[in-house]
Amino acid sequence: MAPAALPSSAVSLRDAVALSGRFPLLAGVDLEVAVGETVLVEGPNGAGKTSLLRVCAGLVPLASGHLSILGLDLSHHRVDVRRRLGMLSHSSHLYDDLTVRENVRFAVRAAGGDVARIEPALARWGLVGRLAKTQAGRLSAGQRRRVALAVLTARWPELWLLDEPHAGLDASARALLDEAVTEAAASGVTVLIASHEPGPVESLAGRAVTVTGGRVTAERTLAGHVVPAAPSAPAAPVAPSTPAAAPPAPSAPAPGGPGAGRHVPAGADRPAATGPVAHVA
Amino acid sequence: MWRDAVLVAGKDLRIETRSRVALSQVAPFGIVALVLFAFALGPDRQVMAKGAPGLFWVAVLFCTVLAIQRSVSVESADGARDGLRLSGIDPAGLYLGKAFAVAVQLVVLEFLLAVGVILLYGAHVEVPWMIVVSCVLGTIGLAATGTLYGALSAGLRVRETLLPFLLLPIAAPVLLAGTKIWQAALAGGTPGDGTQWLRLLVVFDAVYLAIGVALFGPIQETA
Repeated sequence: MAPAALPSSAVSLRDAVALSGRFPLLAGVDLEVAVGETVLVEGPNGAGKTSLLRVCAGLVPLASGHLSILGLDLSHHRVDVRRRLGMLSHSSHLYDDLTVRENVRFAVRAAGGDVARIEPALARWGLVGRLAKTQAGRLSAGQRRRVALAVLTARWPELWLLDEPHAGLDASARALLDEAVTEAAASGVTVLIASHEPGPVESLAGRAVTVTGGRVTAERTLAGHVVPAAPSAPAAPVAPSTPAAAPPAPSAPAPGGPGAGRHVPAGADRPAATGPVAHVA
Repeated sequence: MWRDAVLVAGKDLRIETRSRVALSQVAPFGIVALVLFAFALGPDRQVMAKGAPGLFWVAVLFCTVLAIQRSVSVESADGARDGLRLSGIDPAGLYLGKAFAVAVQLVVLEFLLAVGVILLYGAHVEVPWMIVVSCVLGTIGLAATGTLYGALSAGLRVRETLLPFLLLPIAAPVLLAGTKIWQAALAGGTPGDGTQWLRLLVVFDAVYLAIGVALFGPIQETA
């Protein structure tokens, strides 16, 4: 039996292998993400970034290796873990026949969230007035994305899994998203951001890991949000309308300080992945 | 579990009231099936009245397949099924909620089909309570099995053709029992003629509801 993850670890993957049929999605990933850390997962298309997030959400099972999320073994505490994480994926998970407000309300209630946070979240993403009463089937792709983000911020889970978060969003929505991620990180939320275009989201993360061929092949420190000094229990959710607590004191190298921006190859002792790597969208 | 069941049932019924697929597409399909059965049997009212119980339940089975396919497709669009899984909703509650929503739609469809059978086939109801009880129990059984097998086929690209193949043989006991009860109720037989078949429906419902509550979660994760 795999040893229990440290309480300070939000995501712990050890030699994680995931398959889609015979195709490897992950080919032995080792990744530790501390509670409160914001990590950018970068890599080219088909590298396994989305699969990594889906594995963390329990949507793709591990074929071998160990995974714990927020200190819990996902295979035994799937419902508990999922109620504590939120995922922004390529799909918006909306019902076309329900209105924007009904979709958000259903998603928040299904996750056991606080319905009092729904209206502030809708307002945050500009989903007010007639738009809130519009059926999701009539929304543009960007508007659907905003609804998905409203669900995420209304729930305010402890772990955010963001897959290409800027995709489909206009400039104002991207700014709102960056603001929400910064606020979440400051309140102790752990954030994993997968992006094949790291530039726009680099400023949000304190660390970047490069995924290639279903493996973490490199790691570097960034100038964004860094790990709190002594993370203990996950921070209590903060309502979007409430100003977040002051950002915790950084313990990792300060932006521009020693280590900033340096490349650290990870898994150098392992041969590079061979064979095709399927990509789950 | 019950909170989640109510939540999911409310969501599915709200979607149905907006889209009106059951009333605008499934119900007309069922009525058309009854009319075609009448054409096939010919103008003899006695033959039609005699065949009415079986034809009613065959039409209900066909409508069940369509209602279940609709219930599955609602969760297939825009990754909604992943959204439900990610929400951490109780799988048993999800199963019961979806089954209940399907059952409500089937009750409405059965009412319309029953009226169609009486008008088209000239059937006379002698024991109304048996008709009502058989419809309630049959509906529970069809919704329980349909929701379970709908989830089983949900992740497959061939689900539209696989679902009827899986569901119709499994639902055969409902067809058989429902037909026997209706025969007793329409022919003016004694209630005892149908009660043994009512008991079969009760057992069928209990078994499939228990299986669904226990297995819907694992099926959702693997389908």
